[in-house]
Amino acid sequence: MKYLKFLLVGIFFGIVLVKSEAVSWYRIYEMFRFQSFHMYGIIGTAIACGILFLQMSKKGIIKNIRGANILVPEKEKGFSRYIIGGVLFGFGWALIGACPGPMYILLGTGVYSMIIVIAAALLGTFIYGILKDKLPH
Amino acid sequence: MEHILAPWPWYISGPLIALVMSLLLYLGKTFGMSSNLRTMCSMMGAGKAANFFKFNWKEQKWNLIVVLGAVIGGFIATQYLSDSSTTDLNPKTVAELQHMGFKNSGIELVPDEIYSLEAFTTPKGLLLLIIGGFLVGFGTRYAGGCTSGHAITGLSSLQKPSLIAVIGFFVGGLIMTNFILPLIF
Repeated sequence: MKYLKFLLVGIFFGIVLVKSEAVSWYRIYEMFRFQSFHMYGIIGTAIACGILFLQMSKKGIIKNIRGANILVPEKEKGFSRYIIGGVLFGFGWALIGACPGPMYILLGTGVYSMIIVIAAALLGTFIYGILKDKLPH
Repeated sequence: MEHILAPWPWYISGPLIALVMSLLLYLGKTFGMSSNLRTMCSMMGAGKAANFFKFNWKEQKWNLIVVLGAVIGGFIATQYLSDSSTTDLNPKTVAELQHMGFKNSGIELVPDEIYSLEAFTTPKGLLLLIIGGFLVGFGTRYAGGCTSGHAITGLSSLQKPSLIAVIGFFVGGLIMTNFILPLIF
């Protein structure tokens, strides 16, 4: 089954985010109040290790499963979309304490009202798709 | 085993999140959770309403499987890999939240005041969940990524657009937590 490896990565991701408390609404609140180092430590070490991994793959030390170079898709150039979209995302993130990964993970931990949040996030994505050409990017 | 059952420290958790990103890149994919929202819209036929959703969503099936795994992972972590520890929050945070009407901070992963059955059956509670979810869904697609795509993958690959987006995430989060939440609660 070719999808099994993705299922296992997803399970591992879910476990890590619960055990690290990164899915905790309270940890997000605490982070935006600058009252704890915990979340900054997680994000900081994740980025540091990520940089290390990507520099090693850039030098050809690590290849992907097919033996080819590891490629990270380049984000389009721009400013407005990143700052406006980013701020709107930040409002939602701090309000409900969950970004798209934790939404699904919290559902698994038994927070069933997350279904409403996910449905609303789908609606938000849909409305963006409709308005896309009218928005500054 | 004790160490696994207790909450994991940040210096273990951060590198493990980088490992998730690395595994997905190794498998020839990328780490981006919010893309699944677009994929699910396409699956439900949103391509009829906007070109943005006209793409071969079946190529994104692997990412939906990651989502399914994440749900299972959340279940496993709480059912089998947790002891009775609570979140070790700053006492100042707990006191502040208490003052805003949040009882039992850190006992569960999310506050009852927002997520319990009683909360979401009130108009205010339901509205909060809908507005929050909507902003996350709209904002993440507008910004072209979320915490996994921009903050972890984008910053790890030293991309300027991701830095702008992450600054946006924090500006929005700081305004919400420090100025808007106290007005709501």
